[in-house]
Amino acid sequence: MAEVIVEEKGKGGKKRAKKVVPRLDMTPMVDLMCLLITFFMLVGALSKSKVMDIILPERIKDPTKQEAPRISASRTLNILLGPDNKIYTYPGAVKPEEYSAVPPVLPPLAETDFSAEGIRKVLLERNRTLARRIAEFNQQVLSGKMPLSQDSARNYVSRMKTDDDTGPIVLIKAYKDANYGNFVDVLDEMNICGIARYTFVKIAWYEEKMVEAAAGIASTTTASTN
Amino acid sequence: MPKIKLPHRSPHIDMTPMVDTFAVVLTFLLLTTTMRQPEPANVDTPFSISEIKTPDFNTMTFLLAPDGKVFMNFDNGPDTILKYRPKILAEMGKRYGIEFTETELRNFEMQKSSMGVPIMKMKEWLSIDDNNLKKTLQTGIPMDSTDNQLANWILYARQVNPSIQACIKGDTKTQFLVVEKLLDILQEKNVNRFSLITSLEAAKINLEEIQQ
Repeated sequence: MAEVIVEEKGKGGKKRAKKVVPRLDMTPMVDLMCLLITFFMLVGALSKSKVMDIILPERIKDPTKQEAPRISASRTLNILLGPDNKIYTYPGAVKPEEYSAVPPVLPPLAETDFSAEGIRKVLLERNRTLARRIAEFNQQVLSGKMPLSQDSARNYVSRMKTDDDTGPIVLIKAYKDANYGNFVDVLDEMNICGIARYTFVKIAWYEEKMVEAAAGIASTTTASTN
Repeated sequence: MPKIKLPHRSPHIDMTPMVDTFAVVLTFLLLTTTMRQPEPANVDTPFSISEIKTPDFNTMTFLLAPDGKVFMNFDNGPDTILKYRPKILAEMGKRYGIEFTETELRNFEMQKSSMGVPIMKMKEWLSIDDNNLKKTLQTGIPMDSTDNQLANWILYARQVNPSIQACIKGDTKTQFLVVEKLLDILQEKNVNRFSLITSLEAAKINLEEIQQ
């Protein structure tokens, strides 16, 4: 693709060995490099995956020395991840005398889904004050009214969350047919709604029964043993 | 007045400096992008709104395939002389009475993708070069209560590199039982903080939605 430009000399002159200035046309090369650079920049920016941090409460190894933390039942919201991407919720807790009764007295479950109208609405309803404060704060940061770096804004939000004592305490429990995507989705929903206190706990046998009753699955024998 | 004759010449821009700068930028980008390693299992990570970047070093990543196999990967540390990977393998070998040679350890160090080989088959896995054969040996790390190799991998990884962080990379369709088992094993080893690897998704809630 070398374009050799030879200047025409006046006609009729003696034929001489002309001084040739070889000149490479670099335009295609530049084009190609431009493409490659764009490609690598995009790949570099987009391929990096993100992480979501979750901290679980420390396992109680010796139940005789340590007691499980007590939480108020009125603030508790239980989220049970069921089969087929369904979510079941119930407020409060089931008392020991209720689930050990024969037949056990179990609270009804409310069924929702992962859409914006489903679980998000349930969570926002219970977490309105904190969610509004966080949203207002984020708006101020985004609009530039409050000049803060990303890190300090994040710190401010996490401080708002620790100071909050009205929002729900969400306990996430997974039925054995749930999948990992459900789990991440529900944790993501916690972040979206600005829930201050949530954790993942093991599902209790009576809660498995509740899910089975709500989803219409035949009860399994392994569920009732522990 | 004589006319001023402009020399008839085609405009020609010298592109050499442009090519130079482009070449520099291109080399830089080529060197900084890390090639994604082919993983032993295809995993579609779930989406989240989190914007925290995956750490480059001091991570142990658990790959949870949709069929329930568990693979594990850890890095060499921020500095190549630290050689965390061969050290962890050597510790594992000691625990199971297998002695690994220098070349095997170096082989393991160079391995970039996740591994899911039972420790008994590790020697065989390291000795073959064929990728397809390698794949057939990747049956997932055993994590039953009778033969909990995963727990030992975690133990030695944390012993060799105390600042290691646990990352979980699971497929959306992975059964939660597998995840729960992994979380159990990690918590038994006093790891209570996990990073779940996700892809970025934009989700926004506006003020009106909350104020309703």
